[in-house]
Amino acid sequence: MAVDHCSLDIAAGEICMIVGPSGCGKTTLLNAIAGFHEITSGRILLDGEVLCSADKPKAEPGSDRIVVFQNGALFPWKTNLENVAFGPLMQGTLSRAEANEKALGMMADAGLAGVEHNFPGEVSSGMRRRVEIVRALMNDPKVLLLDEPYRALDSLTKSVMHEALLEIYYKNKVTIFFITHDLEEAIFLGHKVVIMTTRPCKPKKTLFVDIAHPRDYSVLTSKRFRELMEETNEAVHEEALRAFAAGEKEG
Amino acid sequence: MALARKPVFTSALWRGLASIAIFLILWELGSLSKVWIKWDSFEWLRNALTAVGLKPLYLPWIGAVPAPTEVLHAWLKVIHDPGYWQSWYMSLFRVMSGFVAAMIIGIPFGLLLAVSRSAYGIGFPVFEVLRPIPPLAWVPASIIFWPTQELSIAFVTFLGAFYTIVINVVGGARSIDVRYFQAARSMGSSQSDIFWRIILPGTLPSIMVGSAVGMGITWEVVVAAEMISGGGSQSGGTGGGGLGFFIWNSYVGGAYEQIVVGMISIGIAGALSSELLRVIGKRATPWLRLR
Repeated sequence: MAVDHCSLDIAAGEICMIVGPSGCGKTTLLNAIAGFHEITSGRILLDGEVLCSADKPKAEPGSDRIVVFQNGALFPWKTNLENVAFGPLMQGTLSRAEANEKALGMMADAGLAGVEHNFPGEVSSGMRRRVEIVRALMNDPKVLLLDEPYRALDSLTKSVMHEALLEIYYKNKVTIFFITHDLEEAIFLGHKVVIMTTRPCKPKKTLFVDIAHPRDYSVLTSKRFRELMEETNEAVHEEALRAFAAGEKEG
Repeated sequence: MALARKPVFTSALWRGLASIAIFLILWELGSLSKVWIKWDSFEWLRNALTAVGLKPLYLPWIGAVPAPTEVLHAWLKVIHDPGYWQSWYMSLFRVMSGFVAAMIIGIPFGLLLAVSRSAYGIGFPVFEVLRPIPPLAWVPASIIFWPTQELSIAFVTFLGAFYTIVINVVGGARSIDVRYFQAARSMGSSQSDIFWRIILPGTLPSIMVGSAVGMGITWEVVVAAEMISGGGSQSGGTGGGGLGFFIWNSYVGGAYEQIVVGMISIGIAGALSSELLRVIGKRATPWLRLR
């Protein structure tokens, strides 16, 4: 079993960072919330409404929970603008002209002016990530589910992306469920960091990041940031060792 | 941002032209060897080969092939012959009709196999049994089955492209990343949206690959079918039975230069068809242009 005894509360407008050893079941948890995986017991609620439970093991995927995937899932055959305008058109909430207008505005806000009519394959990976986040936000989701979205980016691009994400977040205040392996990323972005155990995945420790938002990269050098890093590191390292030992046993 | 226009006369183009020129020169020299090497003066070699059981006439020799200059000469003669162009027209017509029919039937059929588990369960086993049968093996059955020879050639040509197109469509549609479906469903796409906006464009690159391969096979098949069936209903006269029949007729009539004319004509027609598909493919899949 990938996820067991997992109890997690995320407040509206909160950035919840999920950290844990590789293969512990973080993505399985995200997929269950998104409606891509079934659950066998327990339930997942969104704003008090049951998304899935033992009676209805698979949540219906919906525009209230949009996933930004690890390796990106922009449709390569659509231009960036068409990708961003896709959701409202599918849901019938906006006409094409309205969707394009909203998309152009949001893209400009996210620093994406000038690449609207390019295909995703024609822009940098950092831009693609941003386009995908804007595409998600176009659906006015209640929760943004991010699955290691910056994993493949170099550290320079990553730092730019972190600040860009926070900028987008300060404008939209959407709840964010963010899976990462990068502890610095977790503490820099999150209101709280949930450290998961190795399989089966459940919260081992929750760290509340008491560094005020809005944040910029200067907090990385603060004393409190370092303390939180140490604390997280310790808990994660313990789980990593356990995961390693379990892996060796399996081998 | 402005990209520099690529020069037309690149070193790659010159290299290509040079290799063609060298090939033609070698061919001409090889062919002329029949003039330089007087076979009769090698009586002793023929006797020696016969003595060890080898019939020298069975050995291949480039001197038996018409030289490029002879071929060019023959070509300049046949381009004034309406029958030659009628052969072009007939073969092109057969290739295009078979190919278009294969696209019209093959693409929806392949998509159906890809999206419906029950259609796959029912249709794919039959498809897999029929697929290994070479299209040319269908010629006799096709002649018996179809009321006219023209239809039987069209059918065999259709088969040449059909299997390749279907296999590529099924493979292409099935290899579409599952994340695209998940993203589309999350954003409220219906089943028909998913088909038209994800599956179809996601399969287009494979459709283009299948079409390119299918087009090549179609030319191979049509030429052979024309030879076997005696040029179809249009045969006779100056060779309006297609380029395959044109070659066969030239062989039977002893016009060996014309055989090569026919072969090169097929090469040109095939290359033109492939180029046409490349242009259509580029337009249909603009997101692949920077790869």
